[in-house]
This record gives sequence, C-alpha cells and structure tokens, in this order.
Amino acid sequence: MATTKLGFIVQRPGYKSENPKLALTHAIASQSVEIYLDDEDEVTCDVAFIGDGVLNCIKDQKAVENYQLNSTESHIKMALLCDLNIFVCKEDLDKYGLTENDIVLDANEMGGDLEVKVVPYEEITKMMEEMKHLLFF
Amino acid sequence: MGKLTIGCFASLVGSTNLDFAVKLAGAALDKGHKVDLWVSGNGTMLSLQDQRAFKDYSYLEKPVKELMEKGLNVTACEACAEARGYHDSNTLEGVKRFSMDWYLGSTFDADRVLHIGGE
Repeated sequence: MATTKLGFIVQRPGYKSENPKLALTHAIASQSVEIYLDDEDEVTCDVAFIGDGVLNCIKDQKAVENYQLNSTESHIKMALLCDLNIFVCKEDLDKYGLTENDIVLDANEMGGDLEVKVVPYEEITKMMEEMKHLLFF
Repeated sequence: MGKLTIGCFASLVGSTNLDFAVKLAGAALDKGHKVDLWVSGNGTMLSLQDQRAFKDYSYLEKPVKELMEKGLNVTACEACAEARGYHDSNTLEGVKRFSMDWYLGSTFDADRVLHIGGE
C-alpha cells in the first residue's frame, strides 16, 4: 500500500479566476482516484488557503443567486464532507480584518464532521513539507 | 528514467504558459522521461483540432501532434472541455478526455509534478 500526498495551495481570490474552484474540484476528485490505482494505493489531498486565497472562505456567498453557479463556499463544504483537510491562514485572515466568524468553518448542516482549521502560516508550511507534491492555484 | 506529470490550466491563447508546458514536455521526452500532460480549465483549448497558425497567436497543434508521436500522453478534463463546447467530435486525435481524478492518478507515481495554474 502506498499513499501519495498532494497539497493544494490556493492563493487567488474567488470568482476573479477559475483557479480556486478548480483546486477544490480536483482535490475532491481524490475520492474516485482509485480507479486508476492498484488496490490499497491512494492519493490524498490537503487544501490550504493563503494570501488573497483566504477570501474564498467568506461565508454566505451568493453565487447561485447572482450567477447561477455553485459557490466556492459550497465546494469547501463538499471538501469537508469528503474528509479533506482544509487549512486557512490565520495571519492572512487578520490582514483582511476577517475572523473565524466571517468564514465557512464546517458543513454541519450537510452532515459533515470535519471542520476548517484556521492556523498560523507556520502550520501550513509544516503541512506542505509533509506533501509529496504541491500544486499552486 | 523518470515520470513527469504536468498540469496546465492556462489557455492556448492569452499567455505562453501552455507553450512553456509543451516545450518542457518535449525536453523531458527527449531526455527519455515519460510525460503526462493534463489540461484543465481554459487549458482544454489545447485539445481543439483545426487550430490555425497565425504569427500573433500561440499555435500548438503541430508540436503536440509531434510530441504525442514520441509518446507524450495528453489528457483533457472532460467537464472543462464540454463546458466550453469542446466535444469529442472536435478533439485533436490522440488527446484523451477524462475526469479530474485522472490527473491525481497520474501524480501517484510521478517523480515530479509541475502544476501551472490558469490566468
């Protein structure tokens, strides 16, 4: 059995480009990657929002109402439902005057148990060091 | 020899990121490495057939065809392509179309992954 760990680092704000949403949809695709792997091999994905990327995590996004599009917020919740680790950089939230009250933290209403982890950047660098490959979005 | 997986999300026209990805793939193939090239988002434009060469726009159909003959494995995100009206019927011969898990599967045994985000 072997595991390849991928770290998805999201640095860009939502909706200005497709990148943040593609980061999440690709990370969520780890749920079905086994069709390309031998038995018991796996690919795991952790996602970290840093820099302007933390803006993707603001809650109560109105993408459906305004653009008839699934929101990045809903994708974050879906990632939590898939038990992906989601990290948000505390210092970058502070930079924008945002707190945990302003961002999506869980997917409780959808039955999810896992929560977003708001952590110092130092912890995100530790996560990155544990990954085999890093993908920057 | 190793395996290189390149993911490129940049469009064919608008930047030279795809040009760089294809040139890098060619260089790696020439050194005997195996190369998977995944195009997603606007990068799926690479998968379109009948690109027309102008001097002011990137044109990659010919080099990609030549590299595929040398063993380059090109796969486009099917959903990203379909959303843009790129269908099986207008896909460059030899380019595969799969869902996003293909990319993750390719990274599993890759020695290096180079991910080039979109614009």
